[in-house]
Amino acid sequence: MQFREHTLDNGLQVVAEVNPQSQATAVGYFVSAGSRDETDEVSGVSHFLEHMVFKGTPTRTAADVNREMDEMGSEANARTSEEHTIYHATVLPEFQQRTVELLCDLMRPSLRDEDFETEKKVILEEIMMYEDEPPFRLHDKCMEVHFGGHPLARSVLGTLDSVGAMTSSQMQGYFQQRYSPANMVLVATGKVDFEQLVRQAEASCGSWPQLDSLRQTPRAADVSNFLSIEKDTATQQYTCQIANGPSAEDDDRFAARLLSVIVGDDSGSRMYWDMVETGLAEYSAMGCYELQGTGVQMTFHCASPEQTPENLRRIHQLQLDVERDGVTAEEVQRAQSKICSGIVLQGERTTSRLFAVGMNWLQRRQYRTTRELVEEYKAVTPADIAAVLEKHPLSRNTTVTIGPLGAVAKPN
Amino acid sequence: MVLVAEPMPWLESVAFALLTPAGCAVDPADRLGLANFTSEMVQRGCGERDSRKFLEDLELLGADYSSAVSISHSSFSAAMPAENLTGVLPIFADMVLRPLLPEDQLEAARLVCMQDVRAMEDDVVQLVREELRLRRYGEPLGRANHGRIETLEAITIDDVRRCFQQNYQPSDAILSVAGKFDWPALRDQVESLFGDWRPVDAPPLQVHPPLLGHRHLQHDTSQTHIGVSFASVPYRHADYYQARGAIGVLSDGASSRLFTEIREERGLVYSVHASCHSLREQGAVFCYAGTSSQRAQETLDVLLAELNRIRQGVQADELDRLKAQFKTSLVLQQESSRARAAVMAGDWYHLQRVRTLEEVQRVVSGITRETVNAYLAALPPFDFSIVTLGNQELEIPVAVS
Repeated sequence: MQFREHTLDNGLQVVAEVNPQSQATAVGYFVSAGSRDETDEVSGVSHFLEHMVFKGTPTRTAADVNREMDEMGSEANARTSEEHTIYHATVLPEFQQRTVELLCDLMRPSLRDEDFETEKKVILEEIMMYEDEPPFRLHDKCMEVHFGGHPLARSVLGTLDSVGAMTSSQMQGYFQQRYSPANMVLVATGKVDFEQLVRQAEASCGSWPQLDSLRQTPRAADVSNFLSIEKDTATQQYTCQIANGPSAEDDDRFAARLLSVIVGDDSGSRMYWDMVETGLAEYSAMGCYELQGTGVQMTFHCASPEQTPENLRRIHQLQLDVERDGVTAEEVQRAQSKICSGIVLQGERTTSRLFAVGMNWLQRRQYRTTRELVEEYKAVTPADIAAVLEKHPLSRNTTVTIGPLGAVAKPN
Repeated sequence: MVLVAEPMPWLESVAFALLTPAGCAVDPADRLGLANFTSEMVQRGCGERDSRKFLEDLELLGADYSSAVSISHSSFSAAMPAENLTGVLPIFADMVLRPLLPEDQLEAARLVCMQDVRAMEDDVVQLVREELRLRRYGEPLGRANHGRIETLEAITIDDVRRCFQQNYQPSDAILSVAGKFDWPALRDQVESLFGDWRPVDAPPLQVHPPLLGHRHLQHDTSQTHIGVSFASVPYRHADYYQARGAIGVLSDGASSRLFTEIREERGLVYSVHASCHSLREQGAVFCYAGTSSQRAQETLDVLLAELNRIRQGVQADELDRLKAQFKTSLVLQQESSRARAAVMAGDWYHLQRVRTLEEVQRVVSGITRETVNAYLAALPPFDFSIVTLGNQELEIPVAVS
């Protein structure tokens, strides 16, 4: 296993974890572009653009792109978050060159009007699909309430109105600004011919102009909000809570992730024993997500409407207990076993490594082997976790609940 | 019980799937959900461990663990660092041989099962899927595992104990292991852990004919959700990969027909797909499309037109692309002990043997335009059953059945 990196003159970075034993090659573009970089007027443009990238280039139609990906038998996909857009494909090593050529070409899309109007319908269907699916876009609503005027308040999908009114020239403008080569990383894992990868990147992407594209990264406000939304067609009551947490740059993130597992993993955590194993909740689970300049500790809860107010009190009590008494060494040890075993299992898959290597580089310009990552988690002590709770108390959070209940009292 | 194992010495992990023949098909009609309930109860302590110690020990061993109840089995799976396999297996042996089935946990387990039923009521795509499957396979082979609130309310501790005694047994049980392990040591350990497990006679299953036909479920939703099913061949059938080839041309990959015609060309949906599903003795294809109500009729019409068009056969380039995708997915299966263990258990259930990757590769290579088209001529998509959910009923064309 060997890590390689190279930067083109225009700022495009090429990084790879080369594993000569691997039977597969994964390649991806990790772009620093997401909903936090949008304005209200073009809310949803990052995600819409992700779809449009597959609609072709001056030398390829959408049908060409789809056909070529399938001819190589690639497992390809893309995803957009608040701050990243990722395009990736996993193929047999013999297709490395063709896949890289295709991906590089796609990063300079045509954004044709006709394709734009057809794909807009698909995006509107996607938004409606999530409106029908539990928990009914609760994540977006909770982020909006928690972050208020902060750029992270904006949803990745956008709204039916913002997407409906968007024009292809607005998208073109956003593209020019965010898809500057210095904002992009070409990442590869598995069996990789790195010299060839760099040669291709130079040839295909070397002429892309470098532009300034700054991102606003204010700290999140220290807020504590509560909102209840009535949805009488729902059977269950769904609740999301967001507390601030360590940012992507903060070394506290390892302790915070262990804390999430101890308090709110979907099995064996404090929340699990209190509410899930007892059947009081359908699920009650916590996760930790680091963003640039800030982070969130997020809890998702689902229970019957009748039981929900009592469960919210229980969650609040669990939070106060852990803030007062901390966690035990045994809890930390079990959480470490769980997380580290997961890292080893994920590390065996070429596509998972692509995400790990790519995200670490995009967020921190850093490379870690799976073994090094395991060591970071193993070094965490109960005192480190207590320090995280001191800085980012779980009980100070934004709560949004949606379901048949008309009004829910805020637990205190 | 059959032990099947395949070494993957390039991995650091090992995974297994333990299948017991406690599927929900055996649930009595007035106790629907019993197999699921029993699966929940066996995880609440076994051997010397109470429910908390059970989970804590698995956590310390880094065992990423899950359970599921299908029509034919209750299954328990885990993936872990290779060195912990010998520690994890005895815990699973206790679970299927010596569960405590603690009566004081019965009400908690019941509440957990009821949560599954309520969750399903909010999941409209799942509602379509369940209705479609019930119409296709009938009772009990088409039923969902979660039961209903009133049947869950009726379940007693004696029902759970009876379900355990009759169905957690070695006939038709499968333990599949994939990853890094020492074969003689594994074989000896499994022999000593499960060697004394005694079979019991299972009563024959009463199978009722399917309903088929169409149904609309009235719901106030943003989209209309469309499900279509038709008969196909089961996994064990000599022509299974011909059927899989035809459905792959319809639905696998971005250049597949459904994605191209329904999403790319017309922008009618975000989600559209078709897939082969197999019970031991029968198979079916299930299709799904979700679209806004005013475009639902057009979506259904185009979907049915594509199902009818495939009768005329597939093209060689379409099959070449599909075979390239199969090849990649077979290679990627070699990266995941968990995925491989699941496939091996399924193979044993359906075929009473495990296909090696080389064999699957040979079978896939043997699929041609001529073989798929001969299959489609003999067994074309026919006699569709359609389930829709949304705020408006759709017109079902007369020609579909």
